[in-house]
Amino acid sequence: MVAFILRRLMQSLLVMLAVSAVSFSLFNFVGDPVNNMVGQDATREQRQQIRVELGLEDPILVQYSRFVGNMVQGEFGVSYRIRRPVEDLIMERLPATLELVFVSAILAMGFGIAAGVYTGIRRNSWLSRVLLSTSLVGVSLPTFIIGIGLIYLFAVHLRILPSSGRSGTVDLGWWKTSLLTREGWASILLPAITLSLFQATMILRLVRAEMMEVMRTDFIKFARARGLSERAVNFGHALKNTLVPVITIIGLNIGNLIAFSVITETVFQWPGTGLMFIQSVDFVDVPIMSAYLVFVALMFVIINLVVDILYVAIDPRIRIGSA
Amino acid sequence: MTDLLEIEGLDVEFPTRRGTVKAARGVGLRVARGEVLGLVGESGAGKSTIGAAIIDLLEPPGRVAGGRIDFQGESLRGRSEAEMRRIRGDRIGMIFQDPQTSLDPLKTIGEQLVETIRKCLGLNEAKAKARAEQLLVDVGITEAKTRLGAYPHQFSGGMRQRVVIALALAGEPDLIIADEPTTALDVSIQAQILDLIKALCRERNVGVIIVTHDIGVIANIADRVCVMYRGEVVETGDVAQILGAPRHEYTRSLIAAVPRADRRLPRFASVDYIEGGASAFRRIDVKTHWLGAAVREAKGEGPALSVAGLDLSFTLRRALLPKNRKMLKAVNDVSFDVAPGETFGIVGESGSGKSTVARIIAGLYKPDAGVVRLMGQDVSTAPRDPKARAARRSLQMIFQDPYSSLNARMRVLDIVAEPIRFFRLAESEAEVRRIVGDLLDHVGLGAAAARRYPHEFSGGQRQRISIARALASRPRILICDEPTSALDVSVQATILNLLRDLQEELGLTMLFISHDLPVIRQMCDRVAVMRHGAICEIAPAERLFEAPGHDYTRHLIDLMPSMDLLEPTPA
Repeated sequence: MVAFILRRLMQSLLVMLAVSAVSFSLFNFVGDPVNNMVGQDATREQRQQIRVELGLEDPILVQYSRFVGNMVQGEFGVSYRIRRPVEDLIMERLPATLELVFVSAILAMGFGIAAGVYTGIRRNSWLSRVLLSTSLVGVSLPTFIIGIGLIYLFAVHLRILPSSGRSGTVDLGWWKTSLLTREGWASILLPAITLSLFQATMILRLVRAEMMEVMRTDFIKFARARGLSERAVNFGHALKNTLVPVITIIGLNIGNLIAFSVITETVFQWPGTGLMFIQSVDFVDVPIMSAYLVFVALMFVIINLVVDILYVAIDPRIRIGSA
Repeated sequence: MTDLLEIEGLDVEFPTRRGTVKAARGVGLRVARGEVLGLVGESGAGKSTIGAAIIDLLEPPGRVAGGRIDFQGESLRGRSEAEMRRIRGDRIGMIFQDPQTSLDPLKTIGEQLVETIRKCLGLNEAKAKARAEQLLVDVGITEAKTRLGAYPHQFSGGMRQRVVIALALAGEPDLIIADEPTTALDVSIQAQILDLIKALCRERNVGVIIVTHDIGVIANIADRVCVMYRGEVVETGDVAQILGAPRHEYTRSLIAAVPRADRRLPRFASVDYIEGGASAFRRIDVKTHWLGAAVREAKGEGPALSVAGLDLSFTLRRALLPKNRKMLKAVNDVSFDVAPGETFGIVGESGSGKSTVARIIAGLYKPDAGVVRLMGQDVSTAPRDPKARAARRSLQMIFQDPYSSLNARMRVLDIVAEPIRFFRLAESEAEVRRIVGDLLDHVGLGAAAARRYPHEFSGGQRQRISIARALASRPRILICDEPTSALDVSVQATILNLLRDLQEELGLTMLFISHDLPVIRQMCDRVAVMRHGAICEIAPAERLFEAPGHDYTRHLIDLMPSMDLLEPTPA
């Protein structure tokens, strides 16, 4: 078990090194950092001096190892546009994105798994049909249209939820949360629903397909033939056996939620890292872009590590193969 | 004495879009306590449907349309789901075919047993646990206490089936329905499981229904037999009468199709009663036909196929340090020669390495050591050598599972034509089509089959497609890896007859791999017995069966179900 986790950690480390290399090369290939920092009228000597100060004259490997070294200590340089350390900017924005992703992941999983199990077991009931056909809307409509539609319905027409922004936050010192006030929940609800819709549909369809697959297996028939109750069969035996593939997809999708929150954050003007990323692309703010890249990759790696550990917890057959 | 279970006039229907399929029609049978009833029939006979109908677990949309099912004097029909749930497990236990899939892989067997015992007997956790332990002991699992905490994958197939039986017994049922309980098991395990079921039946005085397609199983365990054909019971009677002096024509042809282990017959009895069996199609004259060209060119010298010192290990566990690595020696120093036109059998239980040897010869695995020669040409050391490639063409393979060995998205024409096109064995596309038509005719499928897709054919017909495909490269050597073990006996007989005819006409050399000793005896000239990756003994087939030289061979032959009952009893 320990060896397994260590091996996965090693692999994660390799992934992070590869990503940091890509992220580092952004500095060298996307625009000239010096041009971004000095005015039009800077002299050649001034530019050269800045290059030396920034270490841009050092060999590429030295620059890269310095970059990785700084990254490990949480230093990503100074934003060209806002002229503040990138790590501070990200830490300001991160709670907003993570809370949004957390709430929408809970919504997606709660709805997706419950509806997936239901439609998998009661395949022909009218509710299953309604759920399945409406869920098609979830996959086929682009996120921004759903977002705008929700804003129109709940903010403009019904006037019960705010249309955009993040209000009602409480500062815990290291984390600004909007989950402690009614106002905060009101503002997170629409973006979270928007973000979760696609994922919920995916999870619903996956859980349904897996449930139908498992319900056909011999061990379910055998469990029935032993007279076990519906609940024991459906949840004790069937649902647990659908979990391994479902967790894989959910894990990857939470990563996607973070990456795709860009669009939702833009639509709802949610002050998260995604919105910051979009703004930094406009200004070729390379430090922010590269830090964002590293941050998203880190999220993916962490989630996948958690997923791998969950596999082992759920499926005893994996334990033997890897121990 | 009243019967434990009495079924009369049972009709089971499966409504489909194209009309109602009657899976069982007017079925009547009875089982008494302490008695084993064999329900025998081929696939599609409706024998499993009866078992499912008794405990009301028919696959939807199946339903019982008429008839009586009386259990201990009470009707089981029209019961609510809750009532049936109290009967299932508590009073009627089920055993399923495949022990690999009948247990929940994510729960320990202790959890599954305790859950069932608590539901059926209403005991508390601690008492249920003690009871589970006792059950494991009863079904012959040692160290029951520690084994309770093990997961299904930590048991071997035979042990798993014991666990399944323990689960079926957990509610102390009065009737046990066993649906093909030994089909997925090796012969030696099969004998043990059958003995166990029989012993439990006698000790606990429960009734047992054994659903099976295997006459050998019936001969071993059943007291009385019901023969089913197309949803109807065609004959019921004492086991000795059914097997020794069958009255119904279907029973007679079914029993005639069972491969005999006690003596070699020139051909399998043809099964006229069964439709889709030996149908008459135009056969081509191989002397003049394209197909026979390779035969005419062949020069016969030396063995057609020769392997020497084959070794292959699989890595079970990778590790940095050699001492932590786990290897499985799948094939260990295997050598044999096969003469042209000979049928060489390899027999062994699962895991003996017999299929692995076939795959090494076919070039699907690369051996760690050893040489494979086809028609004298070494094909294993330099597989890319043009000579080796040419020699490879003379070898084709027929696989076990007719369902997964044909590409479902290709028409039969393209499946069979693929080797011809690939090796450019025909001048034009028109000739390819003509050859494919001839081949399909020759294997008894008819040229019209070329336009259809594999899923439109039954298992036996698909195996004929596989044979046509194998013939399409004009091979000299045919490897048959359990070619009939997925088929019904009557179909098996026709396929084996076909293989024999082809071999005779084309002078094919055959490597015939099977776990089924009677089939081996009927098909092979010489036989190698394999165990744990090594060959125990190679002997001419008749001598092997009459005077086995190796202890393991003797053990295998002793385990074959006795067919004494098949001898016609003097009336």
